[in-house]
Amino acid sequence: MSVTPAQAYRSRWGYLFVAPAAVLLLTFLVAPLCYAVAISFTNRVAVPTPRLPTQFVGLDNYRELVADPDFRTAILHNLLFTIIVVPLQTGLALGLALLVNLRLRGHALFRTAYFIPIAVPLSVAGLIWKLILDENQGRPGILTEVLSTLTAGAVTPHWLADTHWTQVAVVLVSLWSSVGFQMVILLAALQAVPRELHEAAMLDGAGAWRRLWAVTIPGIRPQLFFVTTTTAVLSFRLFDQVYVLPTSPGGPQGATTTLMLYIVRLSQENGPASRVGLAAAATVIFLVIVLLVSLLQRRLEPKD
Amino acid sequence: MLLLAAGFIAPILIMVVGAGKPSSQVFGAGWRSFDPQGFPWLRKNLEAAWTGSANLSFPSAMLNSLIISSSIVVFGLGVNSLAGYALARIRFRGRRIVLAVVIALVIVPFESIALPLLVMLAQPVAGHRLTDSLLAQVLPFVAQPLYIYLFYSFFKGIPLEFEEAAQLDGAGVLRTFVSVIVPLAGPAYASSAILTFLYSWGQFLWPVMVTAASPDLQPLPLGLLNYVGTTPNWGGFYAYATLMVIPVVLVFLLFQRWFVQGVASTGIKG
Repeated sequence: MSVTPAQAYRSRWGYLFVAPAAVLLLTFLVAPLCYAVAISFTNRVAVPTPRLPTQFVGLDNYRELVADPDFRTAILHNLLFTIIVVPLQTGLALGLALLVNLRLRGHALFRTAYFIPIAVPLSVAGLIWKLILDENQGRPGILTEVLSTLTAGAVTPHWLADTHWTQVAVVLVSLWSSVGFQMVILLAALQAVPRELHEAAMLDGAGAWRRLWAVTIPGIRPQLFFVTTTTAVLSFRLFDQVYVLPTSPGGPQGATTTLMLYIVRLSQENGPASRVGLAAAATVIFLVIVLLVSLLQRRLEPKD
Repeated sequence: MLLLAAGFIAPILIMVVGAGKPSSQVFGAGWRSFDPQGFPWLRKNLEAAWTGSANLSFPSAMLNSLIISSSIVVFGLGVNSLAGYALARIRFRGRRIVLAVVIALVIVPFESIALPLLVMLAQPVAGHRLTDSLLAQVLPFVAQPLYIYLFYSFFKGIPLEFEEAAQLDGAGVLRTFVSVIVPLAGPAYASSAILTFLYSWGQFLWPVMVTAASPDLQPLPLGLLNYVGTTPNWGGFYAYATLMVIPVVLVFLLFQRWFVQGVASTGIKG
């Protein structure tokens, strides 16, 4: 293929257009990625000193992590959170989308209501919910008060003192914060399902339930799939909520420690002597998990 | 449905109402009290929140957040759309490889590189280190593989005729891009701007890591956390949260239509 001067001129613009993004991505994404892998095989600390020089330690960091019960619990929490949140959140998002799609009077208002929490940063949401749930000087938070009034005192959870209730609270806050986002994606998909399909199914005598399974769900399968997989990946990144919501980050008694929290703690807890190499190894494991989930997603992705 | 919707809005209402209460009324049976005389408390709480913590007042945290978020949005739109356009429309050697790398990078979450990036930035270059600066809170988020890809797929969908007409008129590559392509790509710009803004506005993990030694450079979410840490004034907390959230909610309501379209299109593109 011979290159005309005009084409050469155009391709120069191509490089120019891509250059800023390429430089930034290489510096702030690709380089740290490679760097993480590199230092995960060393005993590097945050600020190396002559007394603590950085040395190659092979797979020691990985071995230490696998043997660390705290690390395993953190991963377990992420898995548990994922298993619980993915179906709950997808189901709730679908339910809300179907409700809004009924186009009852005021449906735009409802859509807005489900959607508004997106404008509240996760960390702030965590703090607001903390006040709603937490107790203070013996007085329960608002939700507890309402719950116990409604059930005549039968249900009075000590949300943030109890390990299980704290986990429930983390799930609750996560749902509140992000279900609206998924609802909107599904709602757009629902509205793209051809009306004729529904009408045809109705003529065939299919009830509402039947139509949901036979027409609606297959019609929005790609988006449903997208929602589940992004929720799965996002739930592995869980950090803000477990940092601000519990009485102490990751508490009580480590009940809400997640992988990200574990990594951040490792990299900060000992100041300049923090074991960054070890944290980098944990980071690499985190990345591998996310990559596996994404690969699985590619594998399972419905192709039209 | 009404109940559900009420449940979703309740926390925000509680926050706003709480901003007008003394701390002692925020908990327990206090929720039932709505003091019509609460106005002095609202003022008191707002003033306390405005003052913020010793290291960071509300206005300076707001300024930090505004500088960080708007720089990320403005530079991000430029950088990502230029790259997306080049990948979609300009032939140059290595284009396919660049595109493949960008798509692969979409799945790398920022969280996974936060730590190594921090270690990299903490090393002084020519006597300066990038940690504890506003720049360190902006630069890593400007170029985003996801948005490059979003722009790429959007530009691919624009019919070639528009550009050919411009070229016949003698417009160069840059002129064509600025005067023909950009005006056509309004929805792509709007949705990536809104999504980027919300994401950067709520940033928490990275500021926690990179501004550990410089509380005066922290954005609003950390300002709020510091404020709560220094004074257990819960009415003041609600006031702080209200000051921080309500402007965004209002802007968000104004642009809701665009936002819904934007979210919907990211979902469809996968």
